[in-house]
Amino acid sequence: MFWRLAQQVRFARPRLTRSYDQKVIEHFEKPKNVGSLDRNAPDVGVGLVGAPACGDVMKLAIRVDPTTGTIVESVFKTFGCGSAIASSSYATELIKGKRLEDAVKVTNRQIASELKLPPVKLHCSMLAEDAIRAAVSDYQKKQAQQVSQSATQAATAATGN
Amino acid sequence: MRSQLLLLRNVLRPCWRPGAQQTRALHHEAGVAATEGAAASKLTEEGLVQRRPIYMDFQATTPVDPRVLDAMLPYFLHEYGNAHSRTHSYGWSAEKATERAREQVAKLINASSPKEIIFTSGATESNNLAIKGVAQFYRQSKRHIVTTTTEHKCVLDSCRHLEREGFQVTYVPVQPDGRVSLETLSAAIRSDTAIVSVMAVNNEIGTLQPIAAIGQLCRERGVFFHCDAAQAVGKIPIDVEAMNIDLLSISGHKIYGPKGVGALFVRRRPRVRLDPIINGGGQERGLRSGTLPTPLVVGLGAACDVAEQELERDYAHVVELSERLYNGIVQRIPHVQLNGSREFRYPGCLNFSFAYVEGESLLMALKTIAVSSGSACTSASLEPSYVLRALGVDEDLAHTSIRFGIGRFTTASEIDYAVDMAERHVQRLREMSPLWEMVQEGIDLKSIQWTQS
Repeated sequence: MFWRLAQQVRFARPRLTRSYDQKVIEHFEKPKNVGSLDRNAPDVGVGLVGAPACGDVMKLAIRVDPTTGTIVESVFKTFGCGSAIASSSYATELIKGKRLEDAVKVTNRQIASELKLPPVKLHCSMLAEDAIRAAVSDYQKKQAQQVSQSATQAATAATGN
Repeated sequence: MRSQLLLLRNVLRPCWRPGAQQTRALHHEAGVAATEGAAASKLTEEGLVQRRPIYMDFQATTPVDPRVLDAMLPYFLHEYGNAHSRTHSYGWSAEKATERAREQVAKLINASSPKEIIFTSGATESNNLAIKGVAQFYRQSKRHIVTTTTEHKCVLDSCRHLEREGFQVTYVPVQPDGRVSLETLSAAIRSDTAIVSVMAVNNEIGTLQPIAAIGQLCRERGVFFHCDAAQAVGKIPIDVEAMNIDLLSISGHKIYGPKGVGALFVRRRPRVRLDPIINGGGQERGLRSGTLPTPLVVGLGAACDVAEQELERDYAHVVELSERLYNGIVQRIPHVQLNGSREFRYPGCLNFSFAYVEGESLLMALKTIAVSSGSACTSASLEPSYVLRALGVDEDLAHTSIRFGIGRFTTASEIDYAVDMAERHVQRLREMSPLWEMVQEGIDLKSIQWTQS
């Protein structure tokens, strides 16, 4: 009887991670959409949120099709704990193919419940939400500048005539 | 009875620890054989996921040495007497065992008499008893305590507790390498200082404090010197006489002994007096009431005995592996910083900051190595380690620290594996890190306006 118990003790598979959900581990070990986009391109929006001193920095970049207003590509780079990396990986998946106005509706709750984040890790999902909004607003700012630039160009062209 | 016990031991041994037999071999034949033995079963990440992670957290706790377990077992089984029973042989034999253990502990730290050793439940209790006990006993004339900012939590918390009771505490800051400067410490000592408490080896960064010099200073100034040597006893030579230590805390489970037992050395000449924090039957010279846990006390004694025999071998082993780990990491991974002092260090504790990689994510990636992030940001507080902040390490670097612990049972192939894994995963996580990307582009991270406060 002792021996059987001993066998179980010896070969019981150890728990290698603490309280992380399997989904967090999957995203962490095989993150989706890691990368960067050219920040100067007119169809790209980049959001950089967090601070190194707080232990979390997220950079999320989107490429938008200007004619339809949908996100055709979304990539991230994250400095942070496993949950932060998983949150940003999942966020890029979520917003890909979404129209901009739908992308900003993604909430931290959606991310947190998908990844089953514990309360101490909720700020990771909030950061991901912030990153999406920052990227979208960066893109919109660029677009507005472009519009105003082309408007001024058009105006100068008109006065020139 | 005897044969039953032997039978039970034979049954117990194989399941006690998978590596128990190997460990024994490792002891008798020194490091070379062990390296070969481990190389036979090659360490791979895939293989280790199925098994157990490599243990490299020897500052948190250590496995019980099989020789210590052997010494303890009879006192769990047939030698179950209460060491304080004076009326029968059960008690006498238990008392004999605890007194032998007391001698073994005293011998390791060169205490002049075994009577100076008080058994406690561990270093936390020893630290509490030393600081609160001395402060309370001398409270009529002395109202001041000196300690440092990098002490263990139980020392700092005991001091906070005394502050609430009206004592004054000076927390002496440390230098960037984690050492306390004698001048600052000397300046902090006042005429009403009761006790100075400084640890020998820091648990997070392994920095050695100048214990002998502090002991001399305290003796000259006429204040008691308490040293928390939980991480030092049995690993580096400690001599309470030569170092002028008045009170010294020892932990069982940091020296390959059992958990739940520790000791406090309390000097008799010149006499140090304490108010007990646990009252009762007056055991342990009235300083720590409660029945002695005979098996644990015997285990602590045996662990001290083994540590004394193995001290030189252990130290040489740890130095060799520590160099191997340090060189491997520093040569193969760029932007790595060793926290604490390079020179004044217990080599079995290496705390690295891997810049641009967050510590907790690296811990998660290094799942086949049992290490800990020197920082407490894994806990609910999300704050980086107070020890690293006390050294003045940048907050962003404090978030990237990992502590590697090397001990008696660590092998060279485990170190090589740890270096391989650290290199692979630091690289992978850096490729994922926006900070690393910015640094590669030549952007100064300090120049950026970060959004979150």
